[in-house]
Amino acid sequence: MRSSVIIFPGSNCDRDMDVALKKFGFKNQMVWHNDQSIPKSDLIVLPGGFSYGDYLRCGSIASKSKIIKSVIDFANSGGLVLGICNGFQILTETGLLNGILQQNKFLNFICSNVYVKVKDKQNKYFKDLKKDLLELHIAHNEGNYFCSDDELKSLEDNSQIAVTYCGVDGTENEKTNPNGAIKNIAGIFNKNKNILGMMPHPERMIDKYLSGEDGSLFFKNILDNFK
Amino acid sequence: MKIKVIVTLKNGVLDPQGKAIQQTLNGMNFGNVEDVRQGKYFEIEVKEKDEKKAKSLVDDMCKKLLANLVIEDYKIV
Repeated sequence: MRSSVIIFPGSNCDRDMDVALKKFGFKNQMVWHNDQSIPKSDLIVLPGGFSYGDYLRCGSIASKSKIIKSVIDFANSGGLVLGICNGFQILTETGLLNGILQQNKFLNFICSNVYVKVKDKQNKYFKDLKKDLLELHIAHNEGNYFCSDDELKSLEDNSQIAVTYCGVDGTENEKTNPNGAIKNIAGIFNKNKNILGMMPHPERMIDKYLSGEDGSLFFKNILDNFK
Repeated sequence: MKIKVIVTLKNGVLDPQGKAIQQTLNGMNFGNVEDVRQGKYFEIEVKEKDEKKAKSLVDDMCKKLLANLVIEDYKIV
């Protein structure tokens, strides 16, 4: 499976993502934001970081960069596009995903492990995933997902909510919501579910000694579903 | 021609920074501050003499970049 990770000025999880993808057998290439086109890929990843210093709004400047047109074309043709953290913010700013990531409710930068519940498995990312809860890592200042009531209803009606923050036992409430996101939302799909944006970082959970391996499950699952 | 734009959060959208500023002002004995909403202010120099045309250009910029209409409103002043 061929993948491309797009690097923006200020991306800082691009190399972690490269390491993770290659570890599980993706043929990964790095693509600079100023390039006109993306090499043939089965998966495009927008990595985490602080593209353009988070100027104006997180992800807003990156969403207008040269390479984005190719990403949008690829997404609209059904290609898999994964946005992690700042990548999720970029996807909402391009309009490929609904809503926006606002500043965390308590104005703090959050860096911690969290549990997320997989809400939908009828898609190429989570189909046949052996776990329902994943332990992943978050590190963000703007992860407070917000959308209009109509958009939320449409997300729910089409099972577009991908993952939600929860406790170790799966409880979803205010206490297990780190950033104030509406309905504990940690990640969403577009309608066709080929685009996934989420705040948690699977690429930080790929080593059994350092972190835990729930991120490994995520990447292996994408590969298994592609075969 | 210089066009000025104010971008604010829509009514009903939580503004945690505004809230923190309000609480701080209250703590500084500005007890009569009931609410604070924080926004952004832009001054845009447009190479255009006709005010109507300049404002219409800036209106387009607001829709496409300066404001995110999911949570923000803009006003050209």
